[in-house]
Amino acid sequence: MSCSRRDFLKDAVGGTLASVMPLSAFVFLSTAEAQAAVAESKTRWAFLVDTNKCVGCGLCVDACKNENEIPYDAEVTRTWVERYVITKDGKTHIDSPMGGRDGYTTMDIDGEEIDPDDIDKAFFVPKLCNQCDNPACVQVCPVGATYQTNDGVVLVDRDWCIGCGYCIMACPYGVRFFHPVHKVADKCNFCYHRISKGMEPACVECCSFGARRIANLKDPEDPVTKIITTERVAVLKDEYGTKPHVFYLGLDENVR
Amino acid sequence: MKWHVLRPLWVAIGLVGVILIARVFLVPDDFGVHGRNFTYGFHRLSNIQEWKDFPVKYQGRESCAECHEENLQMLNASTHATVECENCHGPSVNHPDDVEFLPLDTTRELCLRCHAFLEYPNSARAALLGVEDRRHKRRKVCIECHNPHDPKEDTR
Repeated sequence: MSCSRRDFLKDAVGGTLASVMPLSAFVFLSTAEAQAAVAESKTRWAFLVDTNKCVGCGLCVDACKNENEIPYDAEVTRTWVERYVITKDGKTHIDSPMGGRDGYTTMDIDGEEIDPDDIDKAFFVPKLCNQCDNPACVQVCPVGATYQTNDGVVLVDRDWCIGCGYCIMACPYGVRFFHPVHKVADKCNFCYHRISKGMEPACVECCSFGARRIANLKDPEDPVTKIITTERVAVLKDEYGTKPHVFYLGLDENVR
Repeated sequence: MKWHVLRPLWVAIGLVGVILIARVFLVPDDFGVHGRNFTYGFHRLSNIQEWKDFPVKYQGRESCAECHEENLQMLNASTHATVECENCHGPSVNHPDDVEFLPLDTTRELCLRCHAFLEYPNSARAALLGVEDRRHKRRKVCIECHNPHDPKEDTR
């Protein structure tokens, strides 16, 4: 192979330029910008559900629908309450008619009458978005319409969502749904408009029994954070690796 | 290479150029990586403020106390102290500025949410006073006899 001096210099300059090119993909930040980018937020929202205290009145679901303008009679809801009845024959009966919006006022489950003498245990489990640290729903969004804020809450950009529904299928907790009015994906955001003003989420405020509570995990003086860090709490579907941030007290093994 | 082979290439490059120019106008300026990384923080920054500006409907009992302090004192002294005003009276939204009267729920169904008897001995429900809907004064509304602000009081 022969190579003239001219060709050698040409290739050398071209090669250097080509290897430097990808560097231009990096953004050079000023010191202030860099500090702002790595600065930790002073807030990490989390939630504590005490299943021992829930009586299944459904007022949280009712309040959530009113507060967040979710169509009242549509079969979609940002939060819901499930009823679990475990009978002596080992069967688990679960129901959540309209997400428990109207409370539980009869012993019937899905039209099936259950003899009180057969019941081993019965309890209610409120559910809502887990605001995961590794949100599967955010990873799958093809357009960047759903994201995690610095304080841990996962939001949906209603102007940017194309309604493809990938996130609805990705969520292992079945928390997301298609909003019948806005035609976009929708989910619980811990009432982001309320918690960012120092108020409690609507479901927390309307719970008369203290079954639902909101916590700032980064504030060690927060009374709810103290419960989460010092008492024995559980999360739902830990095996998915999503790192959910809704913690449960008194969670039963039958809860899915 | 022959010209007729190159021609579609120019068309393709032109199309890419058009898309890139359109993108400059269609994608908002604040769209980018704002969170902890590309995977979880790629979004339109102003959307966070849009969610923060979402209107609050449930104002809480402190806002009720500004005018209805007597009712709240009565409630706070009763066994219903933990029940929020807005659970029965409905979300206050901008009451009394925009909405003069709130839609008060006086139905049996509302009371039965907590007070329908369910035979679940080990659930929290067992600690509440429960009635059997079918057997307890079927045709009457609960508040005819019971004062929700002070349930121990007999209003008959």
